[in-house]
Amino acid sequence: MTYEPVIGLEIHVQLRTRTKMFCGCELSFGDPPNTHTCPVCLGLPGSLPVANERAIHFGLKIGLALGCDLAPRSIFHRKNYFYPDLPKGYQISQYDEPLCRGGHLGDVRIHRVHLEEDAAKLVHVGESGRIHGSDSSVVDFNRGGTPLVEIVSEPDLRSPEQAREWLVVLRETLRQLEVSDVNMEEGSLRCDANVSVRPEGTTELGTKTELKNMNSFRFVERGIRAEIERQVALLEGGESVVQETLHFDPQSGTLTPLRSKEEAHDYRYFPEPDLVPVAVTPEMTEAARAELPELPAARAERYEADLALSADSAHALAFRPELGRYFEAVLADADGAPAQTVANWVTGELAPRVGDADPAESRVEPGALARLVAMVGERTVTAGAARQVLDRLVAEGGDPAAIVEAEGLGALGGGDELAEIVRAAVEANPDAAEKVRSGKGQAIGPIIGHVMRETRGAAEAGEVTRLVREQLGA
Amino acid sequence: MIDRAEVLHVARLARLELSGEEVDRMAGELSAVLGHIEKISELDLEGVAPTSHVVEVANALRPDEPRRCLPRDEVLAAAPAVAAEGFEVPSPGA
Amino acid sequence: MSDLLALTAAQLGERIRAGDVSAAEAWTAYRERAAGDELNAFLWVAGEAPPETDGGPLGGVPFAAKDLFCVRGVPSQAGSRILEDYRPPYTSTAVERIVGAGAPLLGKTNQDEFAMGSSNENSAFGPVLNPWDRTRVPGGSSGGSAAAVAAGLVPWAIGTDTGGSIRQPAALSGIVGLKPTYGAVSRYGMIAFASSLDQAGPLTRDVTDAALLFGAMTGRDPCDSTSLEHPEQIQLPTAQDLNGIRLGVPDDVETAEGIEAGVLEAFRETLRQAEALGAEVETCSLPHARHGIAAYYVIAPAEASSNLARFDGVRYGLRVDGEQGLTAMYEKTRRQGFGEEVRRRIMLGTYALSAGYYDAYYGRAQRVRTKIADDFRAAFERFDFVVTPTSPGVAFPLGAKTDDPLSMYLNDFFTVPMPLAGIPAISIPNGLSEGLPTGFQIAGPAFSENRILDAAFALETAIGFDGSAVRA
Ligand SMILES: [Mg+2]
Ligand SMILES: [Zn+2]
Repeated sequence: MTYEPVIGLEIHVQLRTRTKMFCGCELSFGDPPNTHTCPVCLGLPGSLPVANERAIHFGLKIGLALGCDLAPRSIFHRKNYFYPDLPKGYQISQYDEPLCRGGHLGDVRIHRVHLEEDAAKLVHVGESGRIHGSDSSVVDFNRGGTPLVEIVSEPDLRSPEQAREWLVVLRETLRQLEVSDVNMEEGSLRCDANVSVRPEGTTELGTKTELKNMNSFRFVERGIRAEIERQVALLEGGESVVQETLHFDPQSGTLTPLRSKEEAHDYRYFPEPDLVPVAVTPEMTEAARAELPELPAARAERYEADLALSADSAHALAFRPELGRYFEAVLADADGAPAQTVANWVTGELAPRVGDADPAESRVEPGALARLVAMVGERTVTAGAARQVLDRLVAEGGDPAAIVEAEGLGALGGGDELAEIVRAAVEANPDAAEKVRSGKGQAIGPIIGHVMRETRGAAEAGEVTRLVREQLGA
Repeated sequence: MIDRAEVLHVARLARLELSGEEVDRMAGELSAVLGHIEKISELDLEGVAPTSHVVEVANALRPDEPRRCLPRDEVLAAAPAVAAEGFEVPSPGA
Repeated sequence: MSDLLALTAAQLGERIRAGDVSAAEAWTAYRERAAGDELNAFLWVAGEAPPETDGGPLGGVPFAAKDLFCVRGVPSQAGSRILEDYRPPYTSTAVERIVGAGAPLLGKTNQDEFAMGSSNENSAFGPVLNPWDRTRVPGGSSGGSAAAVAAGLVPWAIGTDTGGSIRQPAALSGIVGLKPTYGAVSRYGMIAFASSLDQAGPLTRDVTDAALLFGAMTGRDPCDSTSLEHPEQIQLPTAQDLNGIRLGVPDDVETAEGIEAGVLEAFRETLRQAEALGAEVETCSLPHARHGIAAYYVIAPAEASSNLARFDGVRYGLRVDGEQGLTAMYEKTRRQGFGEEVRRRIMLGTYALSAGYYDAYYGRAQRVRTKIADDFRAAFERFDFVVTPTSPGVAFPLGAKTDDPLSMYLNDFFTVPMPLAGIPAISIPNGLSEGLPTGFQIAGPAFSENRILDAAFALETAIGFDGSAVRA
């Protein structure tokens, strides 16, 4: 029996505000430990939280960008558990009245988006100085209280690859919103996954496990794949999946059950009495909407509607905005060239040649690609030859016309030069020539192939065919 | 009303060490108080909204402007145990 | 000294402004009284050198603050071993405002640990004695502040009230105590007991002093999201009568559990005086108020169990290491750092919030809270104020109720409903029963402090209570 994976992602995003979620301490990166603290983020007795206006603003931007419903009234809850990185003994988060609900990114639905505070950093330092033989750690509260937005997707993803691709799109969307550095390696974007499998064709959800610590896009894909394989193996072995939290180890690629922070797993959520509700006003919504850039989905629509691009091209360009930007630059220089043709060259030819890199960083000037596309349009160079020119442009940049000149890749018009080559080719392939004379049109292949070899692809196949037929009176 | 096992579970949640005889005494005292509290279960509270804030204010927000942080020496001076410029604790799970 | 001692805080302020007395003299006189404290009312007394004060609205009159108010560099321990000698790096807003208004901080006063108690017997630093009878409790949890003011060890003091912790000790010690509207005074820097109920307020010799001190404390604080600007400027009370004032007496006052005859007699006498001043007195019904204790003893411990989770031996305060790592450290530190009553309430609150019980306890209690607030709202459409005895009994002997938590809790019967509804209430002395003070409570709608103070002032004048005996 084959199994269908069911995957949902839970993403924590560190917001790029100036100060922390509930106090005026400036966010810091790589500063000396415990130099960004105050009574509030240290949980000193008597201190009280006050919510950061901009953090809420950023939360609303994310909600709008993902098409969520913004709650007219949302409140904070306390999530109670003991851990050294949690100074108050509870995390201020949102529970049953989050800032945003619903929405979608691409065809994956969003369950909720809520605000919370980040934990501090706990560093293991080994043997304790004080208690002999005991292991000790050290807490640095600089990160503690950093504003976080938690984005929870519905379990709409069906493969590790799809999960990775969707996460890339989400990261890009957040980057364009300018609400976060979205750097997985540095932890400003963190992804957990809920994974379950079910027999192909069934609709009931299987027991899910939660995967943590997949701190790169590659690891997200690998971790989920490993977990799917593990679950399928269990089920095929007649065993069952147990609901648990697993820690992914990128080195070994293995998944190990995580010791839970609170054995009893009873967070005793209750409304945070130190904070008042957030009531989103029309002004707040408008302020957030006003800052929304053109997001991938909208950009794709525009390409289809205004530039008549195919859905695939539009999507490919919109969801890799660096491609989209480059495409628009080329189009601007390519006077008259059809947008779809330019799109094909950017997504079909240039993109594979530059890989994940931003083509704007490559040696290929948008103007150069525009001229190359124009030359193909004018038939002064064949598509095949133009691909070779593009290879050269990617390798060392420069001007396409000059490369064509230097390499003699110019398309050979009619003229005697080509006729000579055709004549030689006909003589070199007597029996093929004979067959063509006797009406077997499809036998022309070897002769054309010969011509192409001689001209290194610079000949127009149609023109060559015409000349061969002409000379053979076929 | 609340038995030994529940007392031990709650004590664990609350990170409170309890000696054997304390468990029994706690069970007795909590049961007495809960017995009184139980009276509210007789009330009909159908459709009554819960009150978590007596004052109905909203959006008491703070501008995203930095305020002075505490000097680290002063902060660490209050700590029971310090190591590597931070607050030293026994390792979780150690 | 003796004539200095006879002055209320307001009068002393006048003398200082007039130049008859210097702020330094007042400081030295009261500092000696505080340093000679025999009631265990003070946990910390300031140094001899009189602080710089430019007079200001509070005229350089020294004050004392309950231990749980954080004061930079000064022990702020909330009466708990877990915070023994803890000196915060910052000062609470309430203390900052009072000092800013010209009153120097004379000392920190004893209290029930984390404000959990009605007798001050739950202090890690020992019980406070009632100046009217040193074998009895002064009430709690602000017992140190109440005893210190009653005994003339300080002109006035501040405390906090969560279920009666200002009003009840004020009543048992024969002074005035005001619990303001929730949000009227910033909670920033007040070591929390139950965040949705805690409210700071003055404990003073008379109503005028209460108005003066409250006026200096109140106001919106950007550091406390739940604080509000008082809609009215706080005035010094002037009312000479109660003409046209309608007083509602809850129908269950006479039958309240454990109500003492002497307390009822004093209460009835005060009602007669109120009528003589022109007030109309009628019974009113607050059908859910009697469930206040039950709701309170779910909500307060629940919030406390979370508020006290930060005392974990990591960043400040006591730490007791076990040999078996983190969890043992947490459990030993909290076991040895918290007193019995605090541990009991943490257990109660943790239980009430735990999976499977939330709806039955915390959820229901919050709904009862709504009903209690509705009851008051309805009552205030017919009445200006609701009045009750502050406490069912007078000061009880030390140790009388320590073995029976529930009977101790029932002491808060008359004082618990107001914080649940977030409304203000004052307790003023209204006589003696068996030689011990009784208190009369006046509660009004949110932000009606000016009217409450006026009514209390008119009654105070008519009652003419004299507490000078215990200031000798
Ligand atoms: Mg979270
Ligand atoms: Zn801070």
